[in-house]
Amino acid sequence: MIGLEVHVQLATTSKIFSGASNEYGSLANENTCEIDLGLPGSLPVLNEKAVEMAVKFGCAISAEINEISIFDRKNYFYPDLPKGYQISQFENPIVGRGSIKITDEAGATKIIGITRAHLEEDAGKSIHDLFQGRTAVDLNRTGTPLLEIVSEPDIRSAREASEYFKQIHNLATFIGICDGNLSEGSMRCDANVSVRQKGDSLLGERTEIKNINSFKFVERAIELEIERQIDVLEDGGEIVRETRLFDPDKDETRSMRSKELSEDYRYFPDPDLLPLVLSREEIEKIKSELPELPQQREKNYQSRFGLSGYDSKQLSVDRSKSDFFEELAKASGLPKLSANWVNSNLSSLLNEKGLGFDQTPILPSLLAEILIRIDDGTISSTSGKKLFRAFCETPPEIPEIDDRIDEMGLRQIGGTDGLKDIVLDILKEHPTQLAELLKGKQKVLGFLVGQVMKKTKGAANPKEVNEIIQGEIKKG
Amino acid sequence: MTQTQFTIKALAEALSNGKVSSVELTKEAINAARGDTNNCFISLSEEHALQQAHDADVQIRNKASSFLTGIPMAHKDIFCTKHSTTTCGSKMLENFAAPYDATVVRKLDDAGMVCIGKTNMDEFAMGSSNESSFFGAVHHPWDSDYVPGGSSGGSAAAVAKGYVPFATGTDTGGSIRQPSAFCGVTGLKPTYGSISRFGMVAFASSLDQAGPIGLSALDLAHSFAFMAGFDKRDSTCAKRRDDWLDRIKSEGFTPGHSPKKIGLPRGRIFNEISYQNAFETARRQLESSGHSFVEVDLPNLEHAVPVYYVLASAEASTNLARYDGVRFGHRCNDPRSLEDLYRRSRSEGFGEEVKRRILTGTYTLSVGYFDDYYVKAQKIRRKISDDFTATFSKVDALMLPTTPDTAFKLGSLNDDPVSMYQQDLFTVPASLAGIPALSIPCGFHNDLPVGLQLIGPANSEKTILEIACEYQKNTTWHLARPHSNSVLEKF
Repeated sequence: MIGLEVHVQLATTSKIFSGASNEYGSLANENTCEIDLGLPGSLPVLNEKAVEMAVKFGCAISAEINEISIFDRKNYFYPDLPKGYQISQFENPIVGRGSIKITDEAGATKIIGITRAHLEEDAGKSIHDLFQGRTAVDLNRTGTPLLEIVSEPDIRSAREASEYFKQIHNLATFIGICDGNLSEGSMRCDANVSVRQKGDSLLGERTEIKNINSFKFVERAIELEIERQIDVLEDGGEIVRETRLFDPDKDETRSMRSKELSEDYRYFPDPDLLPLVLSREEIEKIKSELPELPQQREKNYQSRFGLSGYDSKQLSVDRSKSDFFEELAKASGLPKLSANWVNSNLSSLLNEKGLGFDQTPILPSLLAEILIRIDDGTISSTSGKKLFRAFCETPPEIPEIDDRIDEMGLRQIGGTDGLKDIVLDILKEHPTQLAELLKGKQKVLGFLVGQVMKKTKGAANPKEVNEIIQGEIKKG
Repeated sequence: MTQTQFTIKALAEALSNGKVSSVELTKEAINAARGDTNNCFISLSEEHALQQAHDADVQIRNKASSFLTGIPMAHKDIFCTKHSTTTCGSKMLENFAAPYDATVVRKLDDAGMVCIGKTNMDEFAMGSSNESSFFGAVHHPWDSDYVPGGSSGGSAAAVAKGYVPFATGTDTGGSIRQPSAFCGVTGLKPTYGSISRFGMVAFASSLDQAGPIGLSALDLAHSFAFMAGFDKRDSTCAKRRDDWLDRIKSEGFTPGHSPKKIGLPRGRIFNEISYQNAFETARRQLESSGHSFVEVDLPNLEHAVPVYYVLASAEASTNLARYDGVRFGHRCNDPRSLEDLYRRSRSEGFGEEVKRRILTGTYTLSVGYFDDYYVKAQKIRRKISDDFTATFSKVDALMLPTTPDTAFKLGSLNDDPVSMYQQDLFTVPASLAGIPALSIPCGFHNDLPVGLQLIGPANSEKTILEIACEYQKNTTWHLARPHSNSVLEKF
């Protein structure tokens, strides 16, 4: 049985209890003020944006939002914990019970319960390998707002765990509360793992693997831990409750500390912060501002636009991608063509350039004009791609589009006698193939269409060429 | 010249009439403080003070001054100041220089006051005698064999000695009121949340409250008006609507005098105070000016001291966790390991009383004891608060003794922390309820000053200050000075 605690760094401008910058990658200890340093007389002041983001997440997983939640002090000594306590939420978290859907290994939808999500401050970083024999402390991360999302032990396999982590990642980035950058530690998780005999109702003793920061590592770490626990039990041993560390280089989990049971954090309500009180109206307001969520969008794309399940999923994972697609589909009136273009041509261009969907070099309204012209046969698909590339470099004004098509010589020779003439020429030039076609050998049709395309340098509409040839055959 | 001329009110008049300049006043105050043999100050800051005084004189000349402009004062060394160290009476912070001013400091600076130095105090405000200071005990202004009370003992003694007409203090369980009573001065602990705690080194966050110590209730009203007010840097600071305080800032305080119904709590603990006569005389005095008295019950009052020590120590134990030798404050020499760094830095940096409270607090917050101590204490705190609420539906204010007895001899209670804690018997209840309370001198017992305490419901500072102002109009206890060595008298 597996339960995950996912720590999501909230993408606020400033820290959860101070006005210092929350930017990643600044010089060591640059983003700190008296509050982050824990100087005497400094007091925490709650960042409303962090609260808003926590509520947003809660609404997105249909959780209970607690109108009163309480910040507690979690007391322990560590050099990267300046106050000697971490401000967290213990008994009264801001987000209560909710759930999220994942796809299990059989491809079925599975609901994973979320016990709670609470706000807390991140600690600083201890850097052990910078100075020989000494530890350096960087407090830039101190006070970064975290939302800790605790799942129920509903997860049954390493793959499900990784799938769940992915879903949380998608959702958090989709609703804009986290930048989702795993390599910068924007999202990390701890996995609680225990094993038991099939049919056994008692839970086995669990271990906790700390600080895993990739989907792949979650899966691997849990796989290894399950194997290890089974080995221990089969050898007649006992699982000790402990905190373990996953080492991807050595491909193993190993014990960090085993005194988890004796650790006493002496939680109590932080007297520097009043209980956090949210009104129904405030919660409803945040809820109403939520964008339509990925799973809903996925469903809509299938039912409204008749897209495939795969395409719908591809389009709804990333918020900017999904928004781009929706705008494109709306402007062009061509949802299926839009889906293809967003998933293929646009995606590969962005990939090449290392851009995200929030940085597309072309507006959906302009791309829509291209799609409309492909659809009505003004240009061929191939020409459309050329036009798209060209427009990404130097976008025209909408009225200039047709001039640009002509300048580039991309206007399709279609529906006119011109194309018919070319087709007839090609048929004359290839009597053998024509004879075969007349005998009913459909295979050669493709060849003949290809010849026409070659001659027109791709400017002909293959569909139309096809129709002309078919027409000629019927005539005999 | 009469004694009344030491007050803020008198000095403000002298300054605005041009009878004296702020620079002159400040120089005299600093000279006097330098000659102090009672150990009232931890640091003096002449250069900074003279600069402030000079600025104040310009403001006064330009008629751009407030009621407090140019008046010398001192801050308890618990308030962070950019211009000097902030030690909190501890070796731990012996060399600590804050990069910011406490909100209270900034507000009084803005009002034009001149800070001549920082006053001595019990270490981290933990104590009732001012003997726990790393910088040595403060001696009682009337008799140097005695303690001045604590933890704001330096502030109360400095005001009593006349070095400054006003000093800031902080009160967690009586730390303004008890030394005020012992030293024969007037002190106000306002409603919790009235004055920002930003920049005030924390002892017990849910109880700590800054307040003024001065020579008269009238002076307290004036200084309180400038100290109070919402501060977004303190989440527990209240958004009060206090038109009367705003009016004081522009027009000064003219206390009204309507007859009030005053409650006198009955019970064993009240019969045991040593200065019954002085207390009874004060009651009759108030009665003669039209106030009426009724006896009231506060059934949970006797639990207040243990409840207070559980809660305050619990909060203190974690508030003081930041002093670990890593970033600031005392750090032991050549730590051999992280554990060693923590252990020795804290062992060396903290004094006995602070250690006692950290240990107590850590214990009461621990798994297995939390419910029996911390949770239970919170429940009783609520009951005490409810007792007050019920009582204030029947009376306008309560009158209590400030302390069970007069000041005691230096060293006499050092081996007996529980007796020391009992000093707070009458002051702790208002702290737990977060309600305003002030102490005013009401006579002498065995040649030492004693005080009475007026307590009101939340945000009723005006009521209790008015009763106190009227009492001081008709009595002279607050004007009695220990020795005529005050330089402020010259003006």
